[in-house]
Amino acid sequence: MTATRRDFLVVGSRLLVMTAATAAALEHVLAETPEAVSTYKTAEHWWAMIIDLDKCIGAGHCVRACKEENDVIDEPMFFRTWVERYHIDMSDPDHPIVDSPNGGIDGFTEKYPEDSGKTFFVPKLCNHCKDSPCTQVCPVGATFVTEDGVVLVDKEYCVGCRYCIQACPYGCRYLDPRTQTADKCTLCYHRLTRGMVPACCEACPTGARQIADLKNPKDPAHEYLRTHKMQILKPQMATGAKVFYNGLDGAVR
Amino acid sequence: MKRSFKDVEHLVRLAACFLAALLVFAIARAALVPKDFGRYGHYRAGALMDVRSHPPKYAGRVRCAECHEDVIQTAAPSRHKNVSCEACHGPLLKHADDPEVAVAKPDGRAGCMRCHSARTGRPLSFLNIDAEEHSGTDPCSSCHKPHDPRPSEDDEVAADEKPGDKK
Repeated sequence: MTATRRDFLVVGSRLLVMTAATAAALEHVLAETPEAVSTYKTAEHWWAMIIDLDKCIGAGHCVRACKEENDVIDEPMFFRTWVERYHIDMSDPDHPIVDSPNGGIDGFTEKYPEDSGKTFFVPKLCNHCKDSPCTQVCPVGATFVTEDGVVLVDKEYCVGCRYCIQACPYGCRYLDPRTQTADKCTLCYHRLTRGMVPACCEACPTGARQIADLKNPKDPAHEYLRTHKMQILKPQMATGAKVFYNGLDGAVR
Repeated sequence: MKRSFKDVEHLVRLAACFLAALLVFAIARAALVPKDFGRYGHYRAGALMDVRSHPPKYAGRVRCAECHEDVIQTAAPSRHKNVSCEACHGPLLKHADDPEVAVAKPDGRAGCMRCHSARTGRPLSFLNIDAEEHSGTDPCSSCHKPHDPRPSEDDEVAADEKPGDKK
């Protein structure tokens, strides 16, 4: 049988029509359920965090609260937030001694007498960078900055390649061994969108951690940022980090 | 010079192959890329709802105060007035939703020492206490009530003594 041009065109156009119809039907089937009704509007917020290091006492309540709230795997070395203790011996200020036993989840050991140099605590968490290196390297679009400035991971999309873990200059990501996907601080996005504050801020006994909505003109954070000398971690990397520290020592890396 | 179909047949076949590949790509793409991918950016919009659907566990101090205003008032004159309930008591949303759910007791002396142990490097303005020197092995609660930790007036410890209040 020899095909004429007419046959070819007819069969070809039929195929085209069928594919388009199938694709349309498939899209219809795959369409997700409508989003749950919520008054939260992503475009109206821009989240950041303020940490007053002068108030931090290294009790580790934030670490514990974070693990409980977010079902972070209950093993050492997996943290969405953790507390570091810096000790600077004034005879050798270039080499601070840093410790963080189990992320500081049970507080810190008695180790440094009051006259033995400078000691302070630095809580750390994802900086929710505006131009975050971790989202830029993701090969599958599984991690992203939301419209309201929170860096999140799509657990269904993540292929567990660990690029983002390497890319984060702050060491804020880890691979969850249960799911083999990247995991990190969500700034308690499930709480923010319900009008609550993140668990770490809620549990902090001294109020050292404060959530800030920089798009809300009534947020007291604006006043705080204006009246204090704030610093971010690794400003030279131009990540647009949004965790602002008050009283950050130059020794902190 | 008139060309027959045979002269261009190889080109048509090639074009058909390209078209078929394009169709396969289009079908595969439609099938594999979620519909909501790219609605807000280079990611699946549904991922936002996935993260938001996580159930909270911490109720928040405001919620606690709805029923326990008396405790808030007890703490008001003390240095513990701004300490979150859930810092010591742990997550309480289940209890807030259903008061029948028991609240875990804070872990006593160890709980106190998480914040108040000496020589950890806390700011000197904070109440850093050497527990043994301060009270031996007595439980903290024998003198201090956690909600209002000020020693009672008839206590032997006078206000000007305050053993743990190191300068």
